Amino acid sequence: MNGVTLVLRALHHGEKHLAKELTAVAERHRTEHEVHHVATDLARWSHTHVQRLADTGRDHGVHLGDPSGDDSAGVLSTLREKTAEAVVHRPEPGLLLLRDLRKLHLDAAGNSLYWEMLAQAAQATRDTGLLALASECHPETLRQMRWTNTMIKNLSPQVLTSL
Amino acid sequence: MVAPVDRIALPWGSRTPYGRHESWPERQDTCLREGVDPDTVQRWVQAASILHSDGDAMDIAVVDGRMAGVRGRTQDRVNRGRLGPKDLFGWQANASPDRLTRPLVRRDGQLVECDWATAMDRIVTRSRELLRERGPGSIGFYTSGQLFLEEYYTLAVLARAGIGTNHLDGNTRLCTSTAAEALKESFGCDGQPGTYDDIDHADVIALFGHNLAETQPVQWMRLLDRLEGGDPPRLLCVDPRPTRPARRATVHLAPRLGTNVALFNALLHEIIRTDRVDHDYVAAHTVGFEELASRVKDCTPRWAADICDVPAARIGEAAELLGAADRLLSTVLQGVYQSHQATAAAVQINNLHLIRGMLGRPGAGVLQMNGQPTAQNTRECGANGDLPGFRNWQNDDHVADLARVWNVDPETIPHYAPPTHAMQMFRYAEQGSIRMLWISGTNPAVSLPELSRIRSVLAQDRLFVVAQDLFLTETAQLADVVLPAATWGEKTGTFTNADRTVHLSDKAVDPPGEARPDLDIFLDYAARMDFRDKDGGPLISWHDPESAFEAWKRCSAGRPCDYTGLSHGKLRGGSGIQWPCNERAPEGTDRLYTDGIGWAHPDVCETYGKDLVTGAADDVVEYRSLNPDGKAMLKAAAYLPPHETPHEEYPFQLTTGRTLYHFHTRTKTGRAPQLNEAAPDVWVEASPSDASALGLDEGDLVEVATPRGALRGRLRVTDIRPGLLFVPFHYGYWDTGGGHAPDGGTPGRAANETTVTDWDPASKQPLYKTAAAALRRVERGDGRPAPAPTTTASAPSRAGTVPDTVGGPSALVTESVGAPPDRRKEQPE
Repeated sequence: MNGVTLVLRALHHGEKHLAKELTAVAERHRTEHEVHHVATDLARWSHTHVQRLADTGRDHGVHLGDPSGDDSAGVLSTLREKTAEAVVHRPEPGLLLLRDLRKLHLDAAGNSLYWEMLAQAAQATRDTGLLALASECHPETLRQMRWTNTMIKNLSPQVLTSL
Repeated sequence: MVAPVDRIALPWGSRTPYGRHESWPERQDTCLREGVDPDTVQRWVQAASILHSDGDAMDIAVVDGRMAGVRGRTQDRVNRGRLGPKDLFGWQANASPDRLTRPLVRRDGQLVECDWATAMDRIVTRSRELLRERGPGSIGFYTSGQLFLEEYYTLAVLARAGIGTNHLDGNTRLCTSTAAEALKESFGCDGQPGTYDDIDHADVIALFGHNLAETQPVQWMRLLDRLEGGDPPRLLCVDPRPTRPARRATVHLAPRLGTNVALFNALLHEIIRTDRVDHDYVAAHTVGFEELASRVKDCTPRWAADICDVPAARIGEAAELLGAADRLLSTVLQGVYQSHQATAAAVQINNLHLIRGMLGRPGAGVLQMNGQPTAQNTRECGANGDLPGFRNWQNDDHVADLARVWNVDPETIPHYAPPTHAMQMFRYAEQGSIRMLWISGTNPAVSLPELSRIRSVLAQDRLFVVAQDLFLTETAQLADVVLPAATWGEKTGTFTNADRTVHLSDKAVDPPGEARPDLDIFLDYAARMDFRDKDGGPLISWHDPESAFEAWKRCSAGRPCDYTGLSHGKLRGGSGIQWPCNERAPEGTDRLYTDGIGWAHPDVCETYGKDLVTGAADDVVEYRSLNPDGKAMLKAAAYLPPHETPHEEYPFQLTTGRTLYHFHTRTKTGRAPQLNEAAPDVWVEASPSDASALGLDEGDLVEVATPRGALRGRLRVTDIRPGLLFVPFHYGYWDTGGGHAPDGGTPGRAANETTVTDWDPASKQPLYKTAAAALRRVERGDGRPAPAPTTTASAPSRAGTVPDTVGGPSALVTESVGAPPDRRKEQPE
């Protein structure tokens, strides 16, 4: 197993995890409408990254597992949405939201650094396919990070001063 | 030539054709109360329309201290004397017997009359309590698109520097925030690039989600006059409904809802593929062309055809029309702004003009429109989720400059985050962190999405709601304090239309009872709260409309919306004037960006931009590296599927919108008999194929349901896009047994019972044109037609199957063409 394979595996895992987390956060904060909708859209980016990493892995002789694996079981996601609706008039979920956004940001930052490594390795090995993958996907990871950062910046003054 | 015309039956009146590059002839429309003729009018008082954003200049006729009618002002650049149906008949609502005449406060659950001191004292007491116990973030202000400039500015100062809250927005969030955001994204700063005069010169006019005939009927008259004159323009119309412009268009595209970005990317793809690009303009005035070209490289018409459900050949024809234009004018409205990916789509229209170099010349312009008469002023004055004068909240120099104007410390003005948008304010109120919401001149209990949720927010005991309005609206019925306000014709002030034309509107008559101008109410509150500047002087030192205007001029000085060359005196008597108006442009400015891009430099821009998909904010470092020289920015956006798509249970797409005869929630137009009778109740539009598949006929009572709620209305079968339903958003509950909400005896009637809470991440504009819905029959119509007009986009699919909409003798309006305008007795009270 060479270094590129290691990073591909780690990134595949990281993007799959982020897609799952974005979906879970979207459900948990069903009543924070912007978070709900944008997180759902951004999960789609990570899903696409997972798919493309799996395809690239195959070209490199690495099997990265079933990319469509969807962990958000129907019952669990319904439960999360119902919980959100039950506390719609409470301020405390605001704190939970900030915590979740922070976690999403750190997960995305972890992925971003793997994309950086992958791009560097691709340049060193002159692997144009791998470089193209990294340069197309990495900007979306950075946009996921900017989004979580913006939401934290915009929401925390109100959430943290109103408890 | 003088002829009476039924202006309900013929809303756009008679034609005065003119040729390309000629000036639009005058036509004076006059509507006077029965028994009054021009010779018996005692005074004509200058005003402009506040029932849409066109800015039609008019005079109010006064007889014995009462309004007796209106006439258009022929000397005005906007309308040259013409008036639309709402202008002609809407004034009657001022004299409605159910106007609020005294303040109301809630006692033991009931709203009871009281005096002003009692009502204001209750507001001041609550404000002070909240400031002491919970801080300024617990107080929010939600204003309108129909107050005057002087009022918005005063409200912005008292909220941002007096209370020190970040929570001030207008209902303009629902109508104009995408226009503003799209301009900021492309040009670095808000400001309408084009002018209505471009209609006189364009050879191709493209209307993107803009039903001009019903939203700005007077500019549609202008377009109709050009269509009947020499060298008429060709039209492109993108609209899923069979609007009047669609019926006159050379190419009409009726895309699936929520697919604008795919369609516009395909149009850009074709423009670039056929090399209709003005490479010199692109090189001199833009950044980002390579990125845009690569992002639309695969967006072929064939690709978009499947997404948009529009034939690829039609998309090609549309691109050909745009690409071959000599002078292209584009206009954009709610079909883009209230749809999925709103800002991303609106920005692509700016891109179209930038890559074609169609900007800043007669006939070559873009009009990012708005719906409300004074929406521009909320944007300028900082009452619409921006800082006043298009200042950049992320730029400390801009904040310091504003603090200098207000003589406060910069820290007084919240700028740690963007000003809070309306949808977020309602979320904070729902969550309990906003405890006081002061609502002026708007009716969120009918106009915001997902009404059951909005009612539950407003009805909370812990939320102190102030409603300032003309009538006991659905919202006012849920308030804790209701303040009776004076309106248009009863107070003096200025406002600015969609092409930056500033008009003066003078007081013609006294308001009813104890109703007071909104400005007086805000000034009274500021005085009672004793807001001070940093030297201990009064924060707000002005006392009437004219002194407020002078204060605003100081705030606007040197900004893009520079008003320093204007005054109430200068605006009185002549035509409206387009800002910027200052020493360099003493008669105003017809077009922006005639000589390059003026307000995009990193040091002067209003925003550093946002991610069009996520809404994430860029910072100054990114902006400076992308756009160091302050050029226009070509921003690409990828298509994303809509968030709610039809499926088995909800098989239709649902869109909402306005009709020609009504404004907003009908608080005024529902009280003007001719307008009310033209469209007296809600209806539902569906296509012939969908109606016949469900066995439905014209006039059947149907129910439209979504996961949020349902409404009932009678069916009108039109040539709307198959698979799509349309419901007008004007109808609420004030004129039903329900009062403010549906109840046992009153089924859902408001379109917003069904709409989804979702907004564009960049502009934060709610998406009213994006729901999935079910349709079923409740009872047969048995020949009774739907209460929908036949004169508009709601015309029946088969002509002659329902009676024509007419107004009769009470709707007769005099149209004078070629007569010398009567300028006698033109004076304020």
